[in-house]
Parts: sequence; C-alpha cells; structure tokens
Amino acid sequence: MKPLLEVTPDGLYCAQGDFYVDPWCPVERAVITHAHSDHARPGSKRYLTSAPGVGVLRARMGSDACIEAVAHEDTLDIGGVRVSLHPAGHILGSAQVRLEHAGEVWVVSGDYKIERDRTSEAFEPIRCHTFVTESTFGLPIYRWRPQPEVFSQINSWWRGNQTAGKASVVFAYSLGKAQRLIAGVDPSIGPIFCHGAVQKMNEVYRESGVPLPATLYAGDAERGYDWSRALIVAPPSCNGSIWMRKFHPASTAFASGWMRVRGTRRRRSLDRGFALSDHADWPGLLGAIEATGAQQVLVTHGYRAPLVKWLGEHGLEARTLETRFENEEETD
Amino acid sequence: MKLFADLYTALDETTKTSLKTEALTTYFAAAPPADAVWAIHFLIGRRPKRLIETRKLVEWAIAEAGVPPWLFDESYQAVGDLAETISLLLPDPQYSTDLPLHYWVEERLLPLARWEDDRRRESLVSAWREMNDSQRFVWNKLITGAFRVGVSQSLVVRALAQVSGVAAPVISHRLMGDWQPSPEFYTRLIARESEDADVSRPYPFFLAYPIEGSVDQLGDISEWQIEWKWDGIRSQLVRRNWRTFIWSRGEELVTERFPELEALGALLPEGTVIDGEILPWRGGHPLPFAQMQRRIGRKVLGPKILADVPVVILAYDLLEWNGRDIREQPIEERRAKLAALTDSTRDSGRLILSPVVTPASWEDLTALRRESRDRKVEGFMLKRHGSPYRVGRRRGDWWKWKIEPFSIDAVLLYAQPGSGRRASLFTDYTFGVWDGDKLVPFAKAYSGLTDDEIRKVDAFVRRNTIEKFGPVRSVKPELVFELAFEGIQRSPRHRSGIAVRFPRIARWREDKPAAEADSLETIRALLPPG
Ligand SMILES: [Zn+2]
Ligand SMILES: [Zn+2]
Repeated sequence: MKPLLEVTPDGLYCAQGDFYVDPWCPVERAVITHAHSDHARPGSKRYLTSAPGVGVLRARMGSDACIEAVAHEDTLDIGGVRVSLHPAGHILGSAQVRLEHAGEVWVVSGDYKIERDRTSEAFEPIRCHTFVTESTFGLPIYRWRPQPEVFSQINSWWRGNQTAGKASVVFAYSLGKAQRLIAGVDPSIGPIFCHGAVQKMNEVYRESGVPLPATLYAGDAERGYDWSRALIVAPPSCNGSIWMRKFHPASTAFASGWMRVRGTRRRRSLDRGFALSDHADWPGLLGAIEATGAQQVLVTHGYRAPLVKWLGEHGLEARTLETRFENEEETD
Repeated sequence: MKLFADLYTALDETTKTSLKTEALTTYFAAAPPADAVWAIHFLIGRRPKRLIETRKLVEWAIAEAGVPPWLFDESYQAVGDLAETISLLLPDPQYSTDLPLHYWVEERLLPLARWEDDRRRESLVSAWREMNDSQRFVWNKLITGAFRVGVSQSLVVRALAQVSGVAAPVISHRLMGDWQPSPEFYTRLIARESEDADVSRPYPFFLAYPIEGSVDQLGDISEWQIEWKWDGIRSQLVRRNWRTFIWSRGEELVTERFPELEALGALLPEGTVIDGEILPWRGGHPLPFAQMQRRIGRKVLGPKILADVPVVILAYDLLEWNGRDIREQPIEERRAKLAALTDSTRDSGRLILSPVVTPASWEDLTALRRESRDRKVEGFMLKRHGSPYRVGRRRGDWWKWKIEPFSIDAVLLYAQPGSGRRASLFTDYTFGVWDGDKLVPFAKAYSGLTDDEIRKVDAFVRRNTIEKFGPVRSVKPELVFELAFEGIQRSPRHRSGIAVRFPRIARWREDKPAAEADSLETIRALLPPG
C-alpha cells in the first residue's frame, strides 16, 4: 500500500488527500503543526491549523494569508483522508496531525513537549500505526529537571542580580519559550521588559486567551532608566548586539534545552544557562513513542541517528526522514 | 562536597576576576580547614596520580546509566567531555550527601588507587547515587585528573589573603614547597605568625613578561642589568639544615635528578637559596636541550649518562643569604653576594654566575641579539637596576626580550576535541609537512587561534572528516597554518625525524593552498649543525 505521507521536493505530501504537512515550499493546501518558521512558511494558498493556533499563525504568515481553523475535537475529510489535530504541548496552538485512510493511521508529531505548562494545551498521546516524531534532543544526556526547579533557579538568579545592582537579561525564542518563561517566573520580584519581537508575540498570546503577567516594551523606557531591578526577555539573536548596551551592567542567561551541556553555554559566553525546553527530553521521546503503539517510527530533527538505532534495537521499524525542519539551536 | 561543588559552579559561571575572588573568599570563609586545604590543592592544579583506568570508569558508568556503549559514545561525541558525559547520563540521585570534601577525597577518592576493582566499583557507584549533577561533575573531574577551573594561583592567594588578613606574598611563599593537604597546614597557611616549618620551601619565582614595543622605550640602557636568556630548567637550589633541595619552576622537587647539584649544595653556606637555570654543559657551552631531555627521560641515572650529560646551574639571583630573605634588597647587592658564592665554589665547576652584557647602546644590544642562536640562548633578560626580586609575573622591573621564533607553514591533518571550555569543539590539532608527495605529521599545537577561527576550523573538521579513531579525526588536508616554535632538533622518536619546542599557531594562512605548505627539507635546513 502506498504510504500516507512521502517526502517530496515541496515537503511532506499526502497523495491520497492531496495536501502537505508543514511544507517547506508554497503549496495549494498546507496542514500546519505549529507556527515556528521551520514548520510554517509563507506563500501557500490555504493553511489549516488548530483553533488555538490561528492567532500566532496569522502573526507569522501575515494578515492576508488564508487560514482555516479546526477545533481539537473535530475531524475533517480531505479527499477521503480523515484529518484531525491534537495538542502537542510545544507552543500555543501546536498540534499533532492525525491522518486516517483505509484503516491506516499516521500521526505527525510536529515539535512536542510532554511536561504541562500554562501557555500551551497539554500533549495528548494518540494511537497510530506510523508515528513521525521529532528528535531534537534525541540523546539520553538530555533529561529535564522539573519546571518548578528551573523557575526557582531563574527567580533566584533575578533576585541575586538585583542585589548586585545588575539587570537580568534572559534570551528566549520569541515565540513560545518567551511566553512560557514570562508565565513561569515570579512577577512580584520586579518589572518584566521585553524586546519588540517578544512583546508582539505576548500580545498575540493574550488575545488568544492565555493570561500573562504585565510586560513592558523595553524601547518605551526613558533614557537613563535604572534596569537593575528588571528582567529583560529578548530573542537569542540579541546576544552581543548593541541593543544590549543600554542594560549595562547586566547578567545574561539563555533559557533553552541546549543549556543542559556546559560547553554550549560557555561557547556563547553567557553568565547562566537554564535548561528549559519546549521539546521532549530523551525519556519523553521514548515514552511518547511507546504510547502511540506505532510499529513504524519516522524520525526528523536533531539527533536522529541515535534514536533510530535505539528504536531498532527495541523492535520497532525506525528510520530517519530527511525533512527540512532544520532545527537550529535558536528554536528551543 | 556541596560547598566545593557550589564554588566550582560559581567560578565556572563567570569570567570576571572580581566575581571569582568573591566566590573564593565566600568559600574559604565558610569551609572548615580540612576541606579548604583540599580545595586549595585542587584549585592550584595539584592532582592525584592516576587513580583508575578511564576504560573501567566508563564501563561502570555505562552499566549504572543503563545505556548501550554505542549510545554512550554518541553522547560523548555531543558533550565532548568525559566527566560531564558521565554525570549527564547517570540516573537521578537516590540520596543526597552532606559529607565534607575531605571525606570524599581522603576516604573515597585517593584509596581508589589501591583498591581492588570490585571495591572501586562499589564505592564509585554509591558515590554517584548520592551526588547531584554538579557534585558528580566535579567528582568525575577529580577522578579523571581533569579538574580545571579558570583560576590562577595568584587569585587563590589573593582570596586567602583577604580572608586571613595575611599579606599575599606571605601566603604565596607558604604555598610553595612540599606541603601535605592537612588541616594543620591550612591553619599555618593563614596564621598571622608562623614558624617556617618546611625547610625545603622555595620562594615564588619572579617571572618576566615579554617586552612590549621596542627596547629603546625602556630609557637609558645603563639603567638595566642585561643577561642572556638561557634555555634550560629554571630552578631554585635551596640549602637549609644541612640539606639540599632543588625545585623546578613547576614546583616539582627534582633533587634526585641532579646528584651533582645536590653535592654542590654541600659547598654552600647554611641558609642559601639561589635562583638559576639548570643546563647541560660542557667546555663552557650549553649542550643541545635534547641531551637534557635524554637525561630526564632516564629512570636510573647511571655513571654513563652522568658523564655524557653533565649539568650546571647558571646562577641568576640570590634570594636567601645566611638564612635571611634578601629579596627586597636591590639587585646589585644580591648579585654581589651571589658572585661571592660562585667564586667560593668555582672549583666544583657547577655554579656559574650568569654573565651580564654591557653594550653601549640599544643598537649594540640589538646587534648582539642576532648572535643568540649561535650562542644557544633565547635572547636577553633585562632587569632594572635597584629592583627587588618580586613574586610571580610582573611588568616593569624585568622583561624578557626573546629572539623571533622559527616559523613554517603546515597542513592540518588530525583534530580532536579540547577539554574544559572547549570540550565540544575540535581544538587540538596535528599538523603535517610535505615529504615528497606525502604529508608527514610534524607537530601538535593547541593554542593561537581566536574563538571565531576555532569555530570555523571546528565546522571544517566536522564536514571534512575522513576517518575517526576514537576522539581523533583525520581531515582532508586543506587548511594551512603558520606554526611558530622555539627550538628544533633531530629526534628518532618522531616520524618526521624532527622535534620542535613550544609549537603554537601563529596564524591561519587562508591564502595558501596545501600544496604550498613547507616541506621536511626546508625544515631540516633550520636544524643546528652537527
Ligand atoms: Zn517548534
Ligand atoms: Zn521544529
């Protein structure tokens, strides 16, 4: 039987239903797992996304993009293929795409995270025959500490900087991680300022019904403002830029799963690294894959080869899927 | 252990000296002497002799982590540091530990060297189960002998001085010599008054910076005492309590390596400390340094090697005289006393006053410097008249003015990951030069590139790997680097037949293709005659 999804030059294609999942080139019909730039690219005629994700996808694709929403409990019929979207727990509106055709069920995970947080809908395991999984952190060195522990580290770093008279600048990917961070820190410690890119996404989250503590746009502060009590949330690309100068003296930190390894933190010459990830860690990946009951597992993103080999040794048919979901470090 | 792991984390998290000093003083103020002394021991880079084979450590870690060996290897590739890989892979701790550092070191770390495998394994695994991530990391670093954190000895000394109120040079001096990491030693180290119990203790060496800019900026040449810079083993000869001790600059007691110098000590008055350079020497000239290496390499010094490679001390300075520390006296006075000593021991032929040169002008000195290679010296030491003998590396009173290094263009052949800060990058390189139409490995070098260049070379290595041998990768021979080095000599032990001293990367020759790198023939032409 023809597989339900195949890698074509334009992206992951479902021939039976004539649509793509997260295509990397403009196509007629794109089903989108989530609004990150390696999964949602502009130029396609019609986009389908989960209802909670419409706002963020619109913010990324522009106001004239044609976006259809599908509620989490609904199932669509696209050319005879039953399509439904299920929470992936990665960012607001992130979804796993379930495809069913002639008794065969495939699930494309997109990016996912097992641990619950207040800014995205909780990950939901879906039974399927074939599971297309990410493996950004597909090595057993990646195991996350419980969120409350990480947030208490961040809070005490912020307080410590206040005592030392320093601003606290934390880098976080502007869509998803930044909002989760803002929702997780203790806002009674001091004011939270954001870079424009982050502030824009905060608004989208609030409009989509996700409550966030008050945040200020860093560009609105008057000259000579004393930043020493503030937490400043900025995208990672700001590290080392002139934009950073006004916060001097500042302590810098990065909130990302990559910070689990000391070398990646030191290479960026950051003061602190907080291993806070929006992706599943190694036990999370293994648990999620097992919960699907899938016999065939196709692996994209990051450390693919080790995960494929591991699954193979544990009796699954696993192979890598060469996609263009190129996950640079910045996307966590 | 928790305090020490916290200290490590604090030091690791900052590059600022002020914050590092603060972390150190906080630690020393809180740590009991029995722990503090071990902390000093490790922080200043002393490490235990090999405790355990890496292979066994890895095997036990793999079993405890419950991962297959190939997955351990993949993880190690991603992390680039063994101690860290192990601590990241181990399951979460089952207990926590309040046991102090000295317990862990004395009862659990050092005994590893003598225990049987079963006991070692049991002890290590139970240690891992009690420690959190950061404790495990530090612990593994101590076990693998790779404990390194970016603090200098002088920073540790500064922190101890702040905590104790004892002057930094005093602390620095007390840290020299052959001390045992005991609480008693720590108490003496930070005590206001203390009998110097250790008769062997040398003084901290005064080290010179290379001259910056041109020499004529140093003012009138007559204000300077100028000596040749000899290429041997910088040492101190200590004569106290009718015993002789010889210390190398690396703070290693090397008395046994030089029986003829130990005998020389007996000719010196009680309470004498001489700073000088140990050189292989015959007929008024130094022998090639390779001869010294040959001698150092011997386990047993037989009469033949002693006769083949006799050594002397070129005496630079006198630090202690009649049992008195005279480092604060002006250099002329110290040298006059030193000259009296070399005179009185002239018959032994083992103690030679380092000659001074007295050119009339900087131009004359520059001309004289060109003779350095023929004279088998490395250039000059310039010492300001009237200067005291200071502690550590200081600018101002002493400068070294070395001859330009040799340099050649070589091709990158192999790379392997560095350690510490550079653990996840390929930073340790082996370079080759042409021998006919083949490239032969010629020198290893670690330093000299900027962080940016290191990242680029790292990316090249990853994309152009030909073969992997453990952590080492052979790469397409494409990148050319200019290597600088200090000395060159024949060496049958090297595949190229040549050994160089202190090779380092001078710059990346992105303009040069591999075909234009130097050949072995060009390099042989640099060899000294004979
Ligand atoms: Zn994503
Ligand atoms: Zn992704």
